Amino acid sequence: MSDASLDIAPRSTSGDYEPSFGDYFALLKPRVMSLVVFTALVGLLAAPASLHPVEAFAALLFIAIGAGASGALNMWWDADIDAVMKRTAKRPVPSGRVSATDALYVGVALSLLSVMMLWLTTNALAAGLLAFTIFFYAVIYSMWLKRSTPQNIVIGGAAGAFPPMIGWVAVTGSVSVEAVLMFALIFMWTPPHFWALALFMRSDYDDAGVPMLTVTHGRRATRNHILGYTIALAALAVGAAFTSIGGPLYLAVAVIANAIFLRDAVRIWRRDETDAEADNFRVEKAFFKFSLLYLFLHFGAIWVEAVLPAGAWSGW
Amino acid sequence: MFENVTSGVHDKRQSRNVGVAVCLSAFIVLLFVLTAVKIQQLGAVEGFDHAPRPALAERVDG
Repeated sequence: MSDASLDIAPRSTSGDYEPSFGDYFALLKPRVMSLVVFTALVGLLAAPASLHPVEAFAALLFIAIGAGASGALNMWWDADIDAVMKRTAKRPVPSGRVSATDALYVGVALSLLSVMMLWLTTNALAAGLLAFTIFFYAVIYSMWLKRSTPQNIVIGGAAGAFPPMIGWVAVTGSVSVEAVLMFALIFMWTPPHFWALALFMRSDYDDAGVPMLTVTHGRRATRNHILGYTIALAALAVGAAFTSIGGPLYLAVAVIANAIFLRDAVRIWRRDETDAEADNFRVEKAFFKFSLLYLFLHFGAIWVEAVLPAGAWSGW
Repeated sequence: MFENVTSGVHDKRQSRNVGVAVCLSAFIVLLFVLTAVKIQQLGAVEGFDHAPRPALAERVDG
């Protein structure tokens, strides 16, 4: 999920900077947490059973805290490359507002708390999935894939795809086709979302030595990959309309959103660097912005399908 | 000796302490409410109270 935070905060000039509560909260990547809360909530509501409202609130809270903990661990590990990239240089650790050791402590403590509390609140499988998600993001993605392969964002995207599945499992206690479909939707959405970002952030990943596709295979190959993944995503997203999480309303939303997304992906594919430089990556930035709305629309439609009473617009 | 801190540093420490206090308080309240919900979901619980309970007595016909 995107954490393209552009907030501006003072850079520490000495070692005696006193971190505020907000500095520690920023370790948790609040923007990513908001997307996690939303998709996990849809997973909870789409499930064919329900939790007590207090249990549902607690489950969402602990899923969000778990996601935040993995963000803190990511900031601890990636402090060196975050400091080099313009997009991430203002984060609490590279800007000197919070020490890397504190980020590690916060990450580990909140990981343990969130997994234990989700277990007590719901069930062991949901807690196990949350623990695996934290492990996957902090260890598999941050420590291993991110610096070693241009497929980093493809495989690493799984970490951001788990929250709706965890929400579903928190209610039902088991993984089902519907949960896997919601996982697949985010998993397939992540590569074009991040590759569009890599295109217009230009030198950030080069400077940091992160082997993004733009760095290892060039911008032409990245544009080709964005189109390829967007076509596959569109097939999956529209196809999901004919499963139990879909319905007529979801189908309408998916057709329109995917038509726009595909149109923009084709535009990106047709352009070269001269065109992109000429209008300051207008199409790539528009694609990136719409990708956030795209995910919101799809999960919003799944939500509405789940809460609507059976009838004209709900289910098939 | 008291540490000589500036007003800005003091404000940040205070905000941090208040933030932690609010989080811990909210966590305690959540645990309490969650426990109450979990117990309610167990259904009615009858404790041993040293008093005869006809509901538990064996039925004698005739």
